[in-house]
Amino acid sequence: MQFTRRNLLKTTAAASAALAAPHLWLPTASEAWGATLKKGEPIKVGLLFSLTGSLAVPEEDSTLVMQYAIEEINKAGGVAGVPIEPVIVDAKSDFAVYSEKAKELILREKVIALFGCYTSASRKAILPTVMQRDHLLYYPTCYEGAECTQNTICTGPLANQHSQDLIPFMVQQFGKRVFFVGSNYVWPKESNKNAKVWLQKAGGELLGEEYIPLGSSEFGPVLNKIREAKPDFIFSTVVGASDIAFHKQFKQEGFKADKMPIASLTTGEIETRAMGAEFGAGHFLSAPYFQSLDNPTNNKFVENFLKSKYGKNGTTHYNMEETYTSAYVFKAGFEKAAAAVGFENVTPRAIRDHSGGVRVEDNVSPEGLIWIDENNFNCWLKPKIGQCQADGTFKIVKAADSHVAPDPYSIYPDAGVCTKDGLKAPDGKIRKSVI
Amino acid sequence: MDLGSLLNALILGVSIASIWLIAALGLTIIYGTAGVINMAHGEFIMLGAYSSYMLQFYLGLPYLLCLPASFVIVALVGLALERGLIRYLYNRPLDTLLATYGVSLVLMQGVRLIFGSDPKYLAVPEMFQSNVMLGSASISAFRIVVLGITAFLVFALWLLFYKTRFGVQVRAVMQNKEMAASFGINSGRIYMMTFALGAGLAGVAGALFGVLAIVLPTMGASYVVQAFLMVVVGGGSLAGSVVASGVTGEMQSVFAFFTNDTFARFIIFVLIVVFLRFRPQGLFAQAGARR
Repeated sequence: MQFTRRNLLKTTAAASAALAAPHLWLPTASEAWGATLKKGEPIKVGLLFSLTGSLAVPEEDSTLVMQYAIEEINKAGGVAGVPIEPVIVDAKSDFAVYSEKAKELILREKVIALFGCYTSASRKAILPTVMQRDHLLYYPTCYEGAECTQNTICTGPLANQHSQDLIPFMVQQFGKRVFFVGSNYVWPKESNKNAKVWLQKAGGELLGEEYIPLGSSEFGPVLNKIREAKPDFIFSTVVGASDIAFHKQFKQEGFKADKMPIASLTTGEIETRAMGAEFGAGHFLSAPYFQSLDNPTNNKFVENFLKSKYGKNGTTHYNMEETYTSAYVFKAGFEKAAAAVGFENVTPRAIRDHSGGVRVEDNVSPEGLIWIDENNFNCWLKPKIGQCQADGTFKIVKAADSHVAPDPYSIYPDAGVCTKDGLKAPDGKIRKSVI
Repeated sequence: MDLGSLLNALILGVSIASIWLIAALGLTIIYGTAGVINMAHGEFIMLGAYSSYMLQFYLGLPYLLCLPASFVIVALVGLALERGLIRYLYNRPLDTLLATYGVSLVLMQGVRLIFGSDPKYLAVPEMFQSNVMLGSASISAFRIVVLGITAFLVFALWLLFYKTRFGVQVRAVMQNKEMAASFGINSGRIYMMTFALGAGLAGVAGALFGVLAIVLPTMGASYVVQAFLMVVVGGGSLAGSVVASGVTGEMQSVFAFFTNDTFARFIIFVLIVVFLRFRPQGLFAQAGARR
């Protein structure tokens, strides 16, 4: 086409006409998921994790454990009698790729649910697509909350479940004076806001709050400030490679875990193995799951997983366990939806709507019974506190007596309450899809 | 705030400077001599860490012997890369940039395929795992090791460049390649040797960083930006890199002491941009070098 004035005018006119009628190409909720299930054909689910790049360390494990869980479910007869087929993609630790792959899985592969993401940034990158298509994301890790969508189910602990036990426990055991160290992005900052609330309730005193750029490995200046402030313990939300550098330099700078331990939300079995057990020993972690949990289900899970072809990395940890249980949350939700609306009529949204209250029982969930909240679709679980031992395993020093409710807006009471249909503000208005 | 803690910050500044300098040494040599912008420098650092890991894990070599061994291994990788690829691209700076970037991706993915993407562990002697107290000042023993090795390498490089016949040839090639060639200096060979030397230095840095932080296929990326800044601010000469990392290292530590780590980085980057606006050739640019 020649680029003449007349052509230009024509195209612009056509384009603006199209823009003026956006409903022409936006799907309505009922037709958003343009596929139907057929009895006898496998149910496709998408595994949207990074297999390469800086997020590959935790996310490759998530992909492996998901494949393990699917194989296990299929061996036992599948979901509603039909096997699950995983569609595996690589999000390359790049947020643009997450979004692109989410579209590909939903539109081209027509999967019925996505399991994916580790960082909040990647979740926020794909949620617009997931919500527009009224699709379903299983987010199998811990996060900060403050979201209320009708398309997510989370099986990890929220910020309120993380620090509710940890902060009072540490204050009681070691003293009131605390220093916060975190990576510089949304999750640590929101987690610290939560921790401050619990710190105040426990009568603790915040001496300082420092953030380190993601991926940075220089903790000298922060450790100097900690030396100066002389806290009784440190509350850490440092993640990934930085976390390992932090623990190493902590010991190299002469700090002792028995005098001033680090209470972390992320330093689990993989991190401890990577830094060497001598750098991790004595520090604390809050998580719903530890490899060392002693119950028949977990013992069987650890043994079977490590000897399967997916257990090559030699350990299980909280993030993998939360991913593993999400597969069973899917199974339970799907079967409930199929029983209610019929197998052929199951849609992503139907699964979500029937997932409120579904339970993963003691004999399946390695961390013990969990269930999905009927309002905000996060997980009721028992947070536990573990102390790292000289051999790199964790000893459970405290486990919550009862299940703790997930509360995505615990520190934002003014925002309202997350309900099944959206965020209900104090004035009674309900807003859908709040991220 | 008292003098003791300020003293601590100043001592830490020297240590941060030594870390940035040892990351930048290899790049300084390669960029200063051949003008090659080596985007694979971070991956040479990573290879150094993995070499140490391999030697320790499979051969049980003590850590202190891993350092020179990593130098040799990564130098050989650098040599192969120079002979196989870089030497065809000396007159095309943009192409070397792209080619070395490609090499960096290949190295990163290659290591990931061989070793997996989970972090690896480097063991060090017990004596390096604690700190040393000097009055009210405190510094970790391993930081002293890094400082000592950096000082030794800078001194050795100075000897090499200013007190040996090889050094005279390198400096001649740096100033004018054709003229040096007409005096019978084999400039191709000089480029090859300096590239291998630079790669080897990155290998030593990697073996040290593996202990200070973490051994991962992506570990190089966090050091390479700092290294490039030191080289650019320093002007590509050895003295320039030493002064640049000394000043920025101290600034990082002192600013972080008064404000916080993130803000300290922000100030430093702003200052560097302002500095380069007024002195784009860097601190000590080589007189007569053609760029």
